[in-house]
Amino acid sequence: MSIEPAVPVALIVEDEPQIRRFVRMALEGEGWQVHQSETLKRGLIDSGTRTPDLIILDLGLPDGDGLRLIRDVRTWSPVPIIVLSARIDEADKITALDAGADDYLTKPFGIGELLARVRAALRRQHKAGGDASARIAFGGVEVDLNKRTVQRDGEPVHLTPTEYKLLSVLIANLGRVVTAPQLLREVWGPSNADNGHYVRIYMGHLRQKLEDDPAQPRHLLTETAVGYRLQP
Amino acid sequence: MPLLRTIAYHPRMQSSGSTTSSFPARVRGVLAVLRADGGDEYTVAAAARLAALDDAPWHAILVENAATRRQGEAARLRTLELLRRAQAQGAVTAVLDGPDAASVAAGYARRHGCATAVTARERATPWWRAPFLRRLAQAAPELDLVEVAAPAAAPPRAAAAHGAGAAGTPAPRRYLAAIGASLGTALVALPLLPLLDVANVAMLFLLTVVLVAIRLGRGPAIVATLVGFCALVVAAPRRQYDVSEFKYAVALGVMLAVGWITARLTSDLREQAESAIGREARTRALYEFARALSVALLTEQVFEITCRFLARTFDARAAILLPDDAGRLRGPVADPGSGARPPVLSVLDMAAAQWAFDHATPAGAETPTLPSNSWLYLPLLAPMRSRGVLAVRVPDVAALLVPERRELLDAFAALAAIALERVHYVDVAQDAVVRMEGERLRNSLLAALSHDLRTPLTSLVGLSESLTLSRPPLAAAQMELANALRDEARRMSTLVANLLDMARIQSGGVKLNLQWQMVEETIGSALRACRWQLGARTVDTRIPRGLPLVRFDATLLERVLCNLLENAGKYTPPDAHVTIAARVDDGMLVVGVCDDGPGLPTGREDALFEKFERGQQESSIAGVGLGLAICRAIVEAHGGRMRAFNLPDAGACFELRLPLGAPPPLPDMDSDHHDQPIDQHEH
Repeated sequence: MSIEPAVPVALIVEDEPQIRRFVRMALEGEGWQVHQSETLKRGLIDSGTRTPDLIILDLGLPDGDGLRLIRDVRTWSPVPIIVLSARIDEADKITALDAGADDYLTKPFGIGELLARVRAALRRQHKAGGDASARIAFGGVEVDLNKRTVQRDGEPVHLTPTEYKLLSVLIANLGRVVTAPQLLREVWGPSNADNGHYVRIYMGHLRQKLEDDPAQPRHLLTETAVGYRLQP
Repeated sequence: MPLLRTIAYHPRMQSSGSTTSSFPARVRGVLAVLRADGGDEYTVAAAARLAALDDAPWHAILVENAATRRQGEAARLRTLELLRRAQAQGAVTAVLDGPDAASVAAGYARRHGCATAVTARERATPWWRAPFLRRLAQAAPELDLVEVAAPAAAPPRAAAAHGAGAAGTPAPRRYLAAIGASLGTALVALPLLPLLDVANVAMLFLLTVVLVAIRLGRGPAIVATLVGFCALVVAAPRRQYDVSEFKYAVALGVMLAVGWITARLTSDLREQAESAIGREARTRALYEFARALSVALLTEQVFEITCRFLARTFDARAAILLPDDAGRLRGPVADPGSGARPPVLSVLDMAAAQWAFDHATPAGAETPTLPSNSWLYLPLLAPMRSRGVLAVRVPDVAALLVPERRELLDAFAALAAIALERVHYVDVAQDAVVRMEGERLRNSLLAALSHDLRTPLTSLVGLSESLTLSRPPLAAAQMELANALRDEARRMSTLVANLLDMARIQSGGVKLNLQWQMVEETIGSALRACRWQLGARTVDTRIPRGLPLVRFDATLLERVLCNLLENAGKYTPPDAHVTIAARVDDGMLVVGVCDDGPGLPTGREDALFEKFERGQQESSIAGVGLGLAICRAIVEAHGGRMRAFNLPDAGACFELRLPLGAPPPLPDMDSDHHDQPIDQHEH
C-alpha cells in the first residue's frame, strides 16, 4: 500500500496509554512504523520531525485542543489525519473535519473500523496525487465520471443535476466522511448553509435510486449529526 | 333649555370615533363641577344623564379652597359621598386644590378633553364677585356650559361649622377671646389718644385684628374689628368736634375696611397653610414609606414595613395576601418580626380579596363592591402583573371616603406592589444565577465523568479486539472469550452512554439539536450502529415513501431506536423477527419497533418505562432497565409520546410518536426535471 519504498510512518497523538497501545498494535500489524506522542506539545514537534504518512489524533488532550495540531499541520502538509473523539461532541467533529481532518472515529471504536478509515484516507491521498479513475463502482452501481452516466445492475439510472452533483462530491471523497455543511456549500452554494434538510432530502432520493434497501443503506451512509460517507 | 343643550351638544354632529377626531383636545367628555354648596346632587345627576345620552366619558371634580372649607366638614363629606356615587356610575373623579375654582375647572376640562361643563346654579353671589358660571366662561371660552337649577328649598347652610376646628378651641370662647383682646387694646390705646394721632391708634387695633385672625380665625377677627371700631367711636365724643372730625371718620372707616380684609386674607392664608401642612404630612409619609421599602430584599420585609406604616399613618390593621402559583390567594401570614398574630380573614373576606385580585379593582369597605365589608381590599398592581392584595381595616370606615386618605392608601398599595415585584425579580435573578452555576457545574461534571468512563472502555474494546486479531490466531475457546470480552465492553459503553444521557436529560441540561430530519435516514443509521445487538435476528423495515420531514435531534432519536433494538436483542429468541415501521397518524409521526418474541408481561406495559424497571426480575439478561426510561425521556423532550403493547398474535411492540410540524420549503426543483440530461450546474 505504500508508494515510497520505505516503511510508512504513523504518528499517534493520544494521552491514554492503553488506547495508544492497541492502535499501535493494529497499525504495526498492517506494516506501519508507529511513533507516539502523549501531549499536544510533543505531537506538534513530532509531526514536524517524524514526517508521518498518517496522524491519529485525540481531540481531548490534557494540554490543549487537538484542533490546533490539525490547523498547524495543514499549513504545510496534506498528510491524512484521523481524529478520535467522544460521541456527544458532534460539533467538535464537524469543526475538526472542516479544519482539515480527513476522518473521525467515535470512542469506543473497533479495530476493523480504524483500519478501514486508515485505508480509505490513504487511498484518497494517493488518488489526489495520481490519476483519478473515471469509473467508480460500489455495490451494483457504476458511475462514469467522464460520460456522466450512472448505471445500476447494468441499467442506466436517471439522476437530476443536483443528485448527480451530490453524488460526485461524495465520490470525490470516497470512503471519507463529508460534513453536511460542506455538502451544502459544494452542491447548493454558500448561501444555503441553513438548509440542512436539502442534503437529507437529496440523500433520500439517491438512496431510493441507488440502494437495494433505502432504509438499510450499505453505501450511502449517514454519520449522524456530522455528515455522509460513500462506502465503496 | 336642557333639550336645546342636549341637541347642540350631541356629538354625532361632531366626528364620532374618539381616535379619528380631528380635534383631539375637544373630545366630548362631560365635566361635573361640584362646589359643596348644596346643588351638587343635581349637578351629578345632570352630568350623568348627559354623558349617558351618547355614551360619553364623564368626570366629576370638586375644587377645594377657602370658600368650600367655609361650607364646613359635613358639607364636604356629603360632597365626597356624591363624588363616590359618581365614580360608581362610571365617572372619573378628582378633588383638586386651588383658590379659583373656575380656572382650576377650566384647566381640568382642557386636560381631559371635556366639551361640556355642568354645575349647579348659585343661590346667591356676593355683589363683588362675578357668578361662578361667568368666571368659568371667561376661563374656558370653548366650553359649553350647563347650569342646573338648584332646589327650591336649599339645605341649610352649615353655618355652625364655619371655621370649626381652626385651633381646636370651641367657638364661643374664641369669640370671647377676640372681644377681650380688642378691649385690652382699647384699654392701652385709648389713653394714648391725646398723645398719638387717631390713625396711629387705629393701627394698634389693626395689629390686634391681625393677631386675632392668625390665632383665632376669621369670625373672631371680624368681631375684634367691630369692637375696636366701637371703642374708637365711643372714645371719640370726648374729643373735639372740629375740623379733625372728618379725618377721624376716615380713619375709622379705613380701619374697619382694612380689618375686615385682613381678617379674610389671614384666615384664608392660614387655611391654605393648614392644607399645605396636611399635604406635606401625606407626602412625608409616602416618602418615608418608599424609603423604607427601597431597602427591603425579602417579601417578609415588605410585609412588615407595609403593616407598620399603615398602622402609623392610618391607625389601620393591614395584611398582604399573596397568590399561589394557580392565582389563588393564600391567607395572611404572621409577621415574623413582631410576632403579632395575623389578622383572621373569613371565607367571605377571602372571596372579596380574591375578587379584588382577579379584577384588579378595589373591593370591600367604601367601594362599589361589597361596601359593607369591614376590610378594604386593594389589589397590588405592579407593572408586570398583580402581585397580591392589601387588606386594610381602619377604625373609622368613613375616613376612607376622604379622597386624600384614599389616594394616600392607593399610593401605599402601589409602592408595596412595586416593592413586591422588585423583590420577586431579585429572587428570579438569584435563581437564574444559581441555575446557571448549577448547569455549568453539572455539565463539566458530566463531561469529566463521560471522559473518565469512556476512556477505559475504549481501551477495553480495542484491546479485546486486538486479542481476536492477534497472530498467530487464538485457539477457538480463547477466541470466544476475547469476542465475549469485546461485546461486553461495547454493551458497557452503551450502558454508560445511556446513564450519562439520562443524567443530562433529567437535569434539564440537554439542548436538543433540532433539525428537519428524514426518519428513514435515522432508522438506517440506528440499524447500522446497533445491528450487531440483534445477532442473527432478521430485520424488516416498512417505511412508506414521502413521509414528511420531522423536527428532532437525530443523535438522540438514534439512541432511542438503538435502545429499542437492543431490547429486542435481549428479550427475544435468537431466531426472532424484528420489524421497524413508520407512518403518519393523527398529526404525529409514528415509529414502531415490533418483534415476534414472547411479548411483554401483561398489565405492566407502562411500568417498563420506569427507571430501573426490567421486563424480567432477577433475570440473567444484562442491563439495569435504563434503556426504556431514557427512550421515554428523549421522546417526551421532543413533545412526543411513547408506549408499549403486545401484538394480538405474539410479540411486543414499542411505539414512539413525534408531533409533525410545518416543514420548511423544499429545495427549488425547477432545474431538476428528470427528463433533462444530466448536467453539472454551477453554484
